[in-house]
Amino acid sequence: MTMIKNVKLKGLLATAISAVMFVSSANAADEAMHPKRNDYTSAGIFGKFDIPSLQRGFQVYVEVCAACHSMDLVAFRTLEDIGYNEDEIKAIAVEYEYETLDDDGEQTFRPGIPADYFPAPFANENQARSANGGALPPDFSTLIKAREHLSFFPWASTYGEDYVVALMEGYHDEVPETAPEGFELTPGLYYNDYFTGNAIAMAPPLFDEMVEYADGTPATIHQMAYDVANFMAWASDPTMQERKEMGLKVMLFMIVFVIMLYYTNKRVWKKVKKGDDIDPSQL
Amino acid sequence: MASDKKFEPTNPTAKWVEDRLPIMGLIYSSLGAGYNAPRNLNYWWNFGVLAGFMMVVQIITGIVLAMHYIPQVDLAFDSVQHIRRDVNYGWLLQAIHANGASMFFIVVYVHILRGFYFGSYKAPREILWFLGIIIYLIMMATGFMGYVLPWGQMSFWGAKVITNLFSAFDFIPFIGDGIVEWLWGGFAVGQPTLNRFFSLHYLLPFVLVGVVILHVWALHIPGSTNPLGIDAKGPYDKIPFHPYYTAKDAFGLGVFVIFFAAFVFYMPDFLGHPDNYIKANPLVTPAHIVPEWYYLPFYAILRAIPDKLLGVVAMFSSILILFAMPWLDGARVRSMRFRPLSKFFFWVFVVNGLFLGYLGQRSPDDILAFGWTALTYAQISTFMYFAYFIVVMPLVSRMETTKPVPTSIAAAVLDANKKG
Repeated sequence: MTMIKNVKLKGLLATAISAVMFVSSANAADEAMHPKRNDYTSAGIFGKFDIPSLQRGFQVYVEVCAACHSMDLVAFRTLEDIGYNEDEIKAIAVEYEYETLDDDGEQTFRPGIPADYFPAPFANENQARSANGGALPPDFSTLIKAREHLSFFPWASTYGEDYVVALMEGYHDEVPETAPEGFELTPGLYYNDYFTGNAIAMAPPLFDEMVEYADGTPATIHQMAYDVANFMAWASDPTMQERKEMGLKVMLFMIVFVIMLYYTNKRVWKKVKKGDDIDPSQL
Repeated sequence: MASDKKFEPTNPTAKWVEDRLPIMGLIYSSLGAGYNAPRNLNYWWNFGVLAGFMMVVQIITGIVLAMHYIPQVDLAFDSVQHIRRDVNYGWLLQAIHANGASMFFIVVYVHILRGFYFGSYKAPREILWFLGIIIYLIMMATGFMGYVLPWGQMSFWGAKVITNLFSAFDFIPFIGDGIVEWLWGGFAVGQPTLNRFFSLHYLLPFVLVGVVILHVWALHIPGSTNPLGIDAKGPYDKIPFHPYYTAKDAFGLGVFVIFFAAFVFYMPDFLGHPDNYIKANPLVTPAHIVPEWYYLPFYAILRAIPDKLLGVVAMFSSILILFAMPWLDGARVRSMRFRPLSKFFFWVFVVNGLFLGYLGQRSPDDILAFGWTALTYAQISTFMYFAYFIVVMPLVSRMETTKPVPTSIAAAVLDANKKG
């Protein structure tokens, strides 16, 4: 019996090893570099939002990114998630103006309220493209999720936050020697290690001390990129923390419950399992 | 010891109802103590119940999601995000439903392969097997249309690629030319397509329920097979479904729910595609269009054949060939436990199927090991897939010397007990 099991195990192992070797030998020639993994408090099964970082990231978004990037699906009221109270949210919303109609049906403007969504910087796609050399700055609402490529092998996975941080730091003033053979940069584009095709229309958006953080954190490019990536991750997946907290309760409950079901099943089957109920003379 | 007990309620109200509509008796004799199942079913027999569980989960979460979803091309994507952000526990329902589709396919694939291994398709269970294939086909159609509904990039382009397959039939007079437009409801994938996919995605699960009822009905005529593949005849070969298999299924279901919950709570996007977080844009084609993972082996078969029509025919044949299995396999012994050579080829088939799935997500011109392209591997793998059914199964099943089969299930149980 043990012999057979070993043979099976060996077969399984051999298959698994050859599969891993095959897959890893078959890496496609991808010109973009693989972003490095950073530490986030939101990572892992106990992941929690990093409130100070989210607030700093929010500041970077509003002061820098929002000039070109919309975030259509995020309402001011949801900023409560990242630690702002009702009054603070009202104060944030009121900074923006929204079109409305007055009592005579004439178009007018009103100040924003918490129920409003972040306004888009451009009226439409054509305007956005025209202002950005033909490129369309993507909306931030789900962008982190759209850049997340998960693999069975953790080292081959790309997380959206890491991609954003890497992209912010991946610019070169000139085409570097690491560029793919025969690479020529189209005028108006910028070389970036992490962007597919290495030529990106977005000019390097961050430089040191660009914003002044209220909490005194030095605003290095890496710090701002890290904070805004955290903020964008929240915007893409605002229920992350609630999800993981509920998951923990579900898992703990299910594990205890399954142990009980295991022993129930064992007890129910006790007599029948070994065939103690069978009368050999009746066979 | 088993006997086919009838449901006899002692409660007067229950008796009154049962005399007029014997519905409690129906449940009692199909999933209760009135149904006797072979006493030696192993954990691979849990997967039918798990599939039934997933069907119920998908229908319940789907009905609630449909209350909040908007099948309109400009609003569909945002309405899914609205569900995830604003609807109470909407994020949970959406994650359960999206991952539930994958879970449904995982348990159904195991269920099908269990049927392969233990010869569940063989007489007298052919119709039971056919109904299973029909269930699988309905699942594929439902899953495909459901994936289109969030109207992300992969939704849109997946819909375009899959519906375009039907243009391979454009040689058919009169209907051929218009078949794709007819599916789309227009000249491109657009509003009419989304609306009809939503309608059908809501309808087909209930058709599925109907076929599942037939599947369970057909199961109860001969009863379940068992790992030994011999007929359960003697008085000690069977035990009542309740409490034995209700207890065993409950435990299996608990383990499965933990597996399911790990995806829902900790990696809700692992089985999806990141491009579906980008709103559908008919003007921007994604770099690689790939279907959901559960279609990948068939996608690899489709692309392995250079001719479009033959590729489509091969893809459909790869599933329809399952209908012929009861006759392709000529073995007198059902279970592969006693058919070592068949067993070996079965595992080759499984590994080959997984490999086809891997190839389905690669670009055909990707260079893989030994400098061969993914296309070359897919062609070899596709050949092996069909060879398994057309060459290996008919020959091996008829020529193989099988190991001795126990005289009865009860005897095998006692024998195993003696050996310890």
